[in-house]
This record gives sequence, structure tokens and C-alpha cells, in this order.
Amino acid sequence: MSNAHSHVAHHFYTIEQQKESATIGMWLFLATEILLFGALFTAYAVYRYKFSEAFMVASSRMDWKMGALNTLFLIISSGTMVFAVSSAEKGRRGGLLGYLAATGFFGTLFLVVKYFEYKHHYLDHDIPGLNFQWTGAPELANGAKMFFFLYFFMTGLHALHMAVGLGLLIWIFITAYQGKYSPEYYNPVEMFGLYWHFVDLVWIFLFPLLYLLGAHLPPGSSGHH
Amino acid sequence: MIEENVSLPRIHYLNSHYGWKSWLFTTDHKRIGLLYMVSITLMFFLGGFFALLIRLELLTPQADLFTADTYNKFFTLHGVILIFFFLVPSIPATLGNFLIPLMIGAKDVAFPKLNLLSWYIFVIGSLFTLWVVAVGGIDTGWTFYTPYSTTFANTHVIAATLGVFFTGFSSILTGLNFIVTIHKMRAPGLTWFRLPLFIWSMYATSIIQVLATPVLGITMVLVAAERFAKVGIFDPALGGDPVLFQHMFWFYSHPAVYIMILPSLGVVSELISAFTWKRVFGYKFVAVSSLMIAIFSFIVWGHHMYVSSMSIYAGMLFSILSYLVAVPSAVKVFNWTATLYKGSISYDTPMLYALGFIGLFTIGGLTGLFLASMGLDRHLHDTYFVIAHFHLIMVGGAVMGYFGGLHYWWPKMFGRMYPEWWGRLSALILFVGFNLSFFPMFIIGYLGMPRRYHVYAPEFQVLNVMSTAGSSILGVGYLLPLVYFIWSLRYGKVASNPWRAKGLEWETTSPPPPENFLEQPIVTEEAYNYPTRPAQPAKPTGKLTGGLHPSPATATGREAQVV
Repeated sequence: MSNAHSHVAHHFYTIEQQKESATIGMWLFLATEILLFGALFTAYAVYRYKFSEAFMVASSRMDWKMGALNTLFLIISSGTMVFAVSSAEKGRRGGLLGYLAATGFFGTLFLVVKYFEYKHHYLDHDIPGLNFQWTGAPELANGAKMFFFLYFFMTGLHALHMAVGLGLLIWIFITAYQGKYSPEYYNPVEMFGLYWHFVDLVWIFLFPLLYLLGAHLPPGSSGHH
Repeated sequence: MIEENVSLPRIHYLNSHYGWKSWLFTTDHKRIGLLYMVSITLMFFLGGFFALLIRLELLTPQADLFTADTYNKFFTLHGVILIFFFLVPSIPATLGNFLIPLMIGAKDVAFPKLNLLSWYIFVIGSLFTLWVVAVGGIDTGWTFYTPYSTTFANTHVIAATLGVFFTGFSSILTGLNFIVTIHKMRAPGLTWFRLPLFIWSMYATSIIQVLATPVLGITMVLVAAERFAKVGIFDPALGGDPVLFQHMFWFYSHPAVYIMILPSLGVVSELISAFTWKRVFGYKFVAVSSLMIAIFSFIVWGHHMYVSSMSIYAGMLFSILSYLVAVPSAVKVFNWTATLYKGSISYDTPMLYALGFIGLFTIGGLTGLFLASMGLDRHLHDTYFVIAHFHLIMVGGAVMGYFGGLHYWWPKMFGRMYPEWWGRLSALILFVGFNLSFFPMFIIGYLGMPRRYHVYAPEFQVLNVMSTAGSSILGVGYLLPLVYFIWSLRYGKVASNPWRAKGLEWETTSPPPPENFLEQPIVTEEAYNYPTRPAQPAKPTGKLTGGLHPSPATATGREAQVV
């Protein structure tokens, strides 16, 4: 326990107190994140109701295969993260490093796919405020623009969280490489895991809401893809 | 009241380290509290300065000093600065930071580095706002209503909304830190129902800070994005919905009212107990009422929107829910009053603020019920009646509580007393100035004078002159404490616990040592464990023995002086 004791900050009395504090703090932080994204989901709900047809048509311009691939990457990365925490708990440093690397790999793949999606939208003139041009039915233009604005805002905010997560992951990886974690003390790994799962979970909601609306359209009335 | 034989402790948090680095890189919650205090004091006087300019213009019915555009900027800056950069952080970030670990017997808050980070983020937000002031202001009103703010305003909306975004982020971090601190850092034996009521209030406040502020943050970013990209999210011309903005804005900004007032309610509970030398009557009800206020605060935002296009049925629901907030608020007022009953009351400066608070908060709260009723609100909406109502809560309530708390804990923070006579005088000046400033507004508002105009009908002039006269008295009342507080840092009488108050924060030295307590305190009694029959030396003639626990031998019976 002497190793664990050295990780207790000066203002805590025991490592349990420190660990429980961090856990409550992280869950509270995730609660603020839910409210942050929650406001955007509310705006999405309002405008989807108001522009239901435009949202369906605009959504059909998404490449749902890319979205599905990214969903798969994130689910896999969540799985490897679970194994990373479990390895840390059991004191298996090699396993921890390997699973962290796998998590980072799939997280990076997600951002790479996202980059190509955004590039595609740029070439298609889909970006409001930059080059938005609507080639579909004129009466759907406002709604489609709203859809794309929400799409870029929400997935952009999500991608920002992914980038922050990858930065944190590098830090966790380095400290794990230095051997800072042990079965007595692996709290940072576990807290990072909570964050990573949360960011994945946001995507699980974003994917159907943004990519799969086109499936509701009658056959033959989709966008230009 | 004067203690004898009190000297400053040899080592305390103020003299344990020296140099600017020891302040700017400190993780000591007490020092961070003082950093916040200096920052928000600057913002307070800046926002107050704009208030005086507003009142000066309103001295006469016609435009004398400023154009309509300039006037719009002044009332916007007044609101933005005083709400987001003074009232929201005021008690939590200063007194809360300083006192929460002391009151619960902890060495520090749960996340000291995060605490310092929150101050830096606050400073970044403040710099955005000061930049806005310097380069030409903003004229949207503190509510940033769309589509004016997004489409039509030609002022510095983006910088101002980012400033609010940053200060909101700092507020979230403070609230998060406090919740974890109160859960996990309490001394052994300090159960939930032994906690001081200030802690209960701060806990309730923190819940609102954590859960409401993110929505404001993202709303501010959306306004900035809309201005930048012109996508129409709140612009009706492009299919956007300005009422959605109002919902999102008030989802934060109504609970934010309770971020501002709940801490004051907690301070007043402490003051009433200390200066009646009695347990707060109905302790559990007062404690739980803070949580009830926090919960209700999330489901009443629509009462700001009766005259928007919101459905009338939603309005009815919001109206009923808004009335419900009166219940926990009244629980507090009735229990304070019951605490006063047969208490041994001393009228020191903090108590004057507390008593002023109870009166003004009651009137402010009851006039809130006028505005919560849909019919009457049609008449009163956007009039000076609304201005009077929320200034009674915000200034008569929140600021009075803050000042009362500052005076009460000043000897705890610095080991020295402010001059009591000047303290009482300024409390009196504030009370008179406040009432003269804001009571006439109820009348002119009811008579129909709308808010946010720099010209008005001549028949309102007498009442406006009264209000302006009151605001200058109020200004004096705010400057006096600034002067004597600074004076007292060097020349004030040394004091340790001049009020002989109970509570863990008074069990350590004043000022406290760097880690608050020399050894971990063990709590064996409930908060406010004053003798059931007040027994203490006669005040103010009695001299104390200087100890933290007045010994029964020196105490004399107080029955003759029971109020």
C-alpha cells in the first residue's frame, strides 16, 4: 500500500476518499456534458418537427455507410477501453498499454473517416455559412440548411470531444508506460474510460438522428446521392 | 463587541508564503476566494458605474446626456457585468470558496487545481467583457434576445457571448468542486443534518450551477455561430425560432436567479443564528427548502415568456409551478422569524444586513407572485415593476446577503475587525438608499413606464428623481465598506471570534492556518448548538473572555434581556 499512499494528494486522508471524489466529480462532469448536448438535441427535435420533410431529404445526402463504419469503430474502441481498465485493475501493464493503443487507433480511425465525410460535404456545397447551396426543392432549402447546420454543429462538438479524448489518451498511455498505475491506483484510467464511453454514447444517438432519416422517405424521392 | 487578549496567530494562510507567485499559483481555497473577491469587486464597481449613468440620464424625461444607442449599451453592460461577473460568482466563489472547507472541517476543496483553473477561466471571461466595454459595448440587453442579437445588432455580440460562455464554464467548475467537497470531505461525525445551513444552500446552488449552466453555454455559442455563419437557427426569416432561444436562455437564466439568491439565503441563516445566539428554528425544513428551491427552479422558466408565442396552456403550467417556489421561500422566512422570537438579538452590522434582507426578500418574493400570474403579467411585463422586483431580490437580497456575510466573516478571513460604527452606518445608508432607489419603480412600473427607454412621459419625473437620488445614496453605501474594509486590513482591531459564534470555521484560528486545522476536527454536535436558554454575558457592555467557548461561569442569565 505504500505505493498507493504516495498517490494520495495532501488534502485527502485516504486513497478511497480521493478515488470516490474523482468518481463523483467525473459523473458530475458527464452530467454537465449531457446538458450541453441536451440543449442541441432539443433544438434538433424542434426543427425536425418543424421541417420533417426537409430533414429526411437532407439526411439522405449523408453517407450512412461511412456513419455506420464510424459507429462500429467507436463501439470497438469502447470495448478495448473496457479491457484497458480491466488490465489496469489486474496490474497487467502490457495489456493496459496494448488496449489503450487499440482504443486510440480506432478513435483516430473515426476522426479520419469524419475528415473524409466533411471533405465530401465541402465539395458538395453542404456547409452553411461557408458554401451552402441547395439543389433540391426550393421550399425545403431553409429546413435543409438547418439540418446541415445542426449536423456540423453537433458532430463538430462531438469530434472536438473525440480530439480531447485522444489527447487525454496519450497522457494516460505515457503515464501507464512509466508504470504509474497499479491495482491499488488506476483511477485516472478508469475516469478516462468513463469519459471515452460517454463520447461514444453521444455518437450512438447522433448516428441514427442524422444519418438514417432518409430511410423514411418514399422510394425514389431521395436527394442526389 | 471586543475580545480581550486576542493576538494574530504566528502562521496563517496570508503570511505562510509571499510574493505574487504564491497568489497566482496558489491552490489554497482561501487564497482563491480572495482572488475572486478582488476580481468581482472590480466588476461590481464597473457595473455599478453603468447603473449610475443610467439613473443620471433618467433624471429628466428627455434625453440629456446620451443617445438612445449609448443608453442601450449602458443598461446592457450594467446587466451583463453585474449578473454574470458579479452576482453569479459573488457568494459561491468568495465566501463559499473560503468557508466550505472550513465549515466541514476539511483541508481544502476536493479539486484544488480545478478551483484555481476556474478563477483563470473567470478572468478570461472578464477580459472578453472588458474588451467589449473598451471597443464600443453591446446593446442587446443582458438577455441577448434573438433575432436582434443575431441579425440586427451592430455591436460586439460575439465577444460578449463568449465572455459569458467562459464565466459560465468557471461557474460549472466551482459548482462541481463544491458538490464533491460536501459529499466526500466532511470531517468525521459531520452528518448531513449537522451541516451548517450555508453548506446546504451552497450544495443546492452548486446543483443548479452544474446542471443549468451548460445549456446557457451552448446557447451563447449558438448565438455567436448564428452571427458568424448566418444560418438562421434563431432567425424567423430563415425558418429559425426565436422562442427556442428564449426557452434555452431562460432554462439557465431562471435557475440562475437562484444561483444568485440561494447562497444569500444560506448566509442569512448563519447570521440569524449567530446574532440571536440560537439554533435556527426548523433546521431541517430550512435545509431541505434550499433543495426544493433548486428543484423547482428548473421547471418555472416559462414565466418569463407569457407574452412570447408560447402556448397558453404551457403558460398556465409554468404559472402554477412558479407559485410553488413561494412555499420553500416562505418556509425560510417564517423559520427565521421564529428564530428571532425569544432570541437574544444583537444588532451588529451583519445582523442589520440580515434583517434588511428578510424584509426586502419578502417584498421581492411576493411581487414575484404578481409576475407569475399570467393576467397581471400582461400589464406588468417589461415595465419598471419587473425592474423593481428583481432588484429587490438581486440587490436587496443577494447583495445584502453578500455584504452581511463579508462583515460577519471578515475577522475570520483577516483576523481583524472592520470599524463597527462605520459598518452600521453604511448598512443603514444602503438600506435607505436601496429603498429610495427601487420602491418608486414599483409605482412607475405599475403606472406603465416601460423598461429600457432613455426618455419617458413627464408625469413620471418625480418618482424617477427620487430613484436617482436613492441610487446616489446607494453608491455612497457601497463605497464606504470598500474604504473601511481596506483600512481594517491594517488598522482594524485584532479579532478571533468576536461574535462567539458556533461552527467549525470558528474553531480554528483567525486567519486560519494554510491547511485550516492543525489536526482533523471530530464533530460531536449538531450545528448551532447554542444553549437552549440563552445564557451569555450582557451585550454590548459585557467583555468576553476571548475563548471560543464562553465558559458558563462568566455567563450571566439573559432572561431579563430576552426580546
